[in-house]
Amino acid sequence: MITMNEVWKTYPNGVMAINGIDVDISKGEFVYVVGPSGAGKSTFIKMMYREEKPTRGDIIIDGKNLAKVKERHIPYIRRNMGVIFQDFKLLPGLTVYENVAFAMEVIEESKSNIRRRVMNVLEVVHLKNKARFYPHELSGGEQQRVAIARAIVNSPAVLIADEPTGNLDPDTSWEIMHILEEINDRGTTVVMATHNKEIVNTLRKRVIAIESGRIARDEARGEYGYER
Amino acid sequence: MKGRTLGRHVKEGGKNLIRNGWMTFASVSAVTVMLLVVGTFLLIIMNVNHFANSLEDDVEVRVFIDFAASGDNQDELYSELDQIPGVASIEFVPKEEGLDSLISSLGEQGAIFETLRDENPLNDVFVVQAEDPQDTADLASEIEEMVHVESVEYGKDIFDNLFAATNFVRMIGLALILALMFTAMFLIANTIKLTIIARKREIQIMKLVGATNGFIRWPFFVEGLLLGVLGAIIPISLLAYGYTSFYGSIGTDTGIDFFTFLEPNPLTMQMAILLGSIGAFVGIWGSMMSVRKFLKV
Ligand SMILES: Nc1ncnc2c1ncn2[C@@H]1O[C@H](COP(=O)(O)OP(=O)(O)OP(=O)(O)O)[C@@H](O)[C@H]1O
Ligand SMILES: [Mg+2]
Repeated sequence: MITMNEVWKTYPNGVMAINGIDVDISKGEFVYVVGPSGAGKSTFIKMMYREEKPTRGDIIIDGKNLAKVKERHIPYIRRNMGVIFQDFKLLPGLTVYENVAFAMEVIEESKSNIRRRVMNVLEVVHLKNKARFYPHELSGGEQQRVAIARAIVNSPAVLIADEPTGNLDPDTSWEIMHILEEINDRGTTVVMATHNKEIVNTLRKRVIAIESGRIARDEARGEYGYER
Repeated sequence: MKGRTLGRHVKEGGKNLIRNGWMTFASVSAVTVMLLVVGTFLLIIMNVNHFANSLEDDVEVRVFIDFAASGDNQDELYSELDQIPGVASIEFVPKEEGLDSLISSLGEQGAIFETLRDENPLNDVFVVQAEDPQDTADLASEIEEMVHVESVEYGKDIFDNLFAATNFVRMIGLALILALMFTAMFLIANTIKLTIIARKREIQIMKLVGATNGFIRWPFFVEGLLLGVLGAIIPISLLAYGYTSFYGSIGTDTGIDFFTFLEPNPLTMQMAILLGSIGAFVGIWGSMMSVRKFLKV
């Protein structure tokens, strides 16, 4: 599903964020990406949805090489993946329903399809009753659930998350994790960068540890392995 | 693009226009001022052109034929003139006819010249008109070199001054129009840019969920178009009204007998179309310029 071959990333300012990474993630896997602050986790994640382009190496997702794909094809590649962030990235002027529907309008789905599908995913994230609310009327956990709904509404093959529980309290974080697990159970590959030791050590999954831009550890059902 | 998507873009573009309130007002005002000046100049230029054309139609070269030339020589000269490229028409005015018109143009005093009937001092004349009046001077000097030609005459001074003046007005007008268009374009680009900075996050999110650049650009395209067209409304109505009343009062009574101002119809219609297009173009261009650099996410 996701393959990285000898991937390097040097930012224009000279910071060498990723220094030769090889990784293979199969369809349906659930992967934690852990490591100290500044290790390169976000860079690793950003290259997967092509916010950053690798300086060297290949990143093959679903048979397409993100390192070589043309600029104008990127939107179509992103449509096959859902992305979730620590700061949710919801549009403040749109309701919950509209925020989720937005991802379908972009790909020119029909109104009736949008309606059916949006109500469907809002049910998955338990927010059907708040469809008409605006983001500022929701708690952090609820906002993140909207973001998840938006990420999965087009049934992507991969769900990518950068610290999705970073801003949330432990109970709410668990709520989010259960939803992600449920999505993973339905066959979606999930890759998530996290600092949450408790979650990684409790809900055991594959753990890839990045340190100084290299893979320091890659274990199936691994541990968090850091103090924080 | 599907129809409903176009509908969405138009709705979004309109919403942005309203949401940006004062920015919209500033952009529309910029276009309004620009189009008022551009429109005024357009009307002036069109009338100057029209004036020049009416004069130009009057510009002709009078070729005075040598007294010594026989009828055959005249025919030769005629066919020579006829072969010069750029000659529109040649008219032969025999000296008798020349005298007739001289006498009648002098009225009472003209009677004196009746005595000249037998010893007509005038030349036979070819009246030559150039296809492009701007070529008249060249044409005249070329003809002057020919045999059987005594002299040529074409109102050199009036003529040269006229072209200098009309060309000057055209150039100034065009330069001013272009300068104003660019100014308005940058003004719009900048005001829209200010509103986009606020929408930068929104654009970033759109790109993250897989929106193409085209999809993101469309509402801005609509917004720019609306800005331009809204900005054209006041100048078009004002200038159309102003010109029509101007024409109503002195349009045909200019004091120059061969010249009247252009009629408001179709002039104001043409001006409306032109101003509307310029407004739309400037609005769209300004808007597209400002959105461009925000698309690189
Ligand atoms: N846009 C950028 N331009 C230049 N350098 C950057 C950029 N983004 C990240 N970096 C640098 O790259 C390195 C890796 O950053 P990255 O954000 O990937 O770390 P991280 O593992 O996600 O850290 P954290 O756990 O704090 O989120 C850091 O040294 C950072 O300063
Ligand atoms: Mg990070």
